[in-house]
Amino acid sequence: MKTKSNIERLLEAGNFVVTSECGPPRGSDPEVIRKKGALLKGVVDAVNVTDNQTSIVRMSSLSACVILKELGIDPIWQVVCRDRNRIAIQSDILGAAALGINNMLCLSGDHQSFGDNPKAKNVYDIDSTQLISVVKKLRDEGKFLGEKEEEVKGRPNLFIGAAENPFGDPFEIRAMRLGKKVKAGCEFIQTQGIYNVEKFAQWMKEVCDRGLDKQCAILAGVIPLKSAGMASYMKKSVPGMDVPDELIARLKGVPKEQQGEEGIKIAVETIQKVKEIPGVRGVHVMAIEWEEKVAEIVKAAGLSPRPE
Amino acid sequence: MIVGNRKSLEEILELVKPYKKILLLGCRECITVCAAGGEREVGVLASELKIARKKDGEEIEIKEFTLERQCDVEYIEQIKPFIDEYEAVVSMACGAGINYTADCFPKNIVLPAINTTFLGVTLEQGVWSERCQGCGECILHLTGGVCPVARCAKSLFNGPCGGSAKGVCEVDKDTDCAWQLIVDRLKAQGKLENYEKIIEIKDWSTSRDGGPRRRIREDLRITS
Ligand code: SF4
Ligand code: SF4
Repeated sequence: MKTKSNIERLLEAGNFVVTSECGPPRGSDPEVIRKKGALLKGVVDAVNVTDNQTSIVRMSSLSACVILKELGIDPIWQVVCRDRNRIAIQSDILGAAALGINNMLCLSGDHQSFGDNPKAKNVYDIDSTQLISVVKKLRDEGKFLGEKEEEVKGRPNLFIGAAENPFGDPFEIRAMRLGKKVKAGCEFIQTQGIYNVEKFAQWMKEVCDRGLDKQCAILAGVIPLKSAGMASYMKKSVPGMDVPDELIARLKGVPKEQQGEEGIKIAVETIQKVKEIPGVRGVHVMAIEWEEKVAEIVKAAGLSPRPE
Repeated sequence: MIVGNRKSLEEILELVKPYKKILLLGCRECITVCAAGGEREVGVLASELKIARKKDGEEIEIKEFTLERQCDVEYIEQIKPFIDEYEAVVSMACGAGINYTADCFPKNIVLPAINTTFLGVTLEQGVWSERCQGCGECILHLTGGVCPVARCAKSLFNGPCGGSAKGVCEVDKDTDCAWQLIVDRLKAQGKLENYEKIIEIKDWSTSRDGGPRRRIREDLRITS
């Protein structure tokens, strides 16, 4: 084991891991994080904290991670390349490690045009694949970026993750793209929310054919749908999201007040299906502003209690 | 070529509000080709300004003049004999030309009438599109001739991001995803294996990030 990460430990011991996600608030109240954390503690093995998701300004991911850490949760610190250059990112990596963060998720980030500051300048000094290589260099080689490759005194021991969208286009390079991230040093992947299980299985097959599942733990992403409206919105307005029409029809087929329940059923079934797909080592349940449902979903999927 | 857009009449009227006598200065290079600041556009803007000011009862005298280039001192010097007769110069060149006119006449007021936008190409008559950001270290040989710096909304070197869908960029449904184009191109060239190579972290010091850039060809310099 390279790090003190809870999920690295559980994965090495051969467990099927469960992670979830917590979005920081649009304000400075730590109680919001504590409340969400309380709903997830003991329910999952680690909790992602998003980094100004959809480019909307929120409490910093690292700060919210520390608040979760104080509750005894192992946070996964998400970092996007949109807002920081290589100087800020290397500095934050050292700081995160110093604060006891064990996991990092390297992302390119949504474009700022989606958020509340569409007039902002973006950074993109490095991309997500390159970011993986930066953490790896700091951790495994103990070297900073730069001509001189100076030595890091006190290496940041972070378990290195990234995201991948099996449904993004062009489909034929999606497994190859994961290969690049693995080559750069990625140790776990959380995928985009899966609604089209067949297409996901097709991607997984390619991933396994390339032997990538042996080098990197794939956690399948699941986003429970609250309503038929949410499903249609995702299909139409979230780029790179694949929501089959049958699923929307299934939700529409039940009365509005029961659609949430049906959405949870779909999420549970999805977890059970992806669990059987060769190479899948865990699930990542993203219940967006619906954290109270995670325990129910995990339990119904037969994944409770979590291993010590 | 360098592509630009003329500012709105309202904005230009605001810029010239304090002046009664201006020199409207076009350029015959790129800004003519992209139909924003050539001799024709100088003529159009001059009449628009005169009409608007006349309506306001604040008549304005405008000298129209279009230089071969506003980025070369030998041409800019042509306005030297008469520039002081005008209270301000309104330049219709690209940003480089406007800067240089201002540099050459540091005591004169030089105002911009053009918003310079990008280095691009003419896709069809009346349609221009960005292709290069002058990053100073070209990698088009790695990406099938499609620039990820200028054409990917996130300038990703190992794209596409998760938002690429049906060939379109997540940012705008009318914009091609650069990485879809790169993959298609590499495939057409039978070089998809190139995609598997990680493009290393870029040296941005050759780009604008290194500060204003200069190019010197000693062999061409005339040093006396
Ligand atoms: S790689 Fe750099 S120099 Fe080449 S086209 Fe793109 S921005 Fe221009
Ligand atoms: S969709 Fe394509 S062009 Fe747009 S930001 Fe993502 S990779 Fe770049």
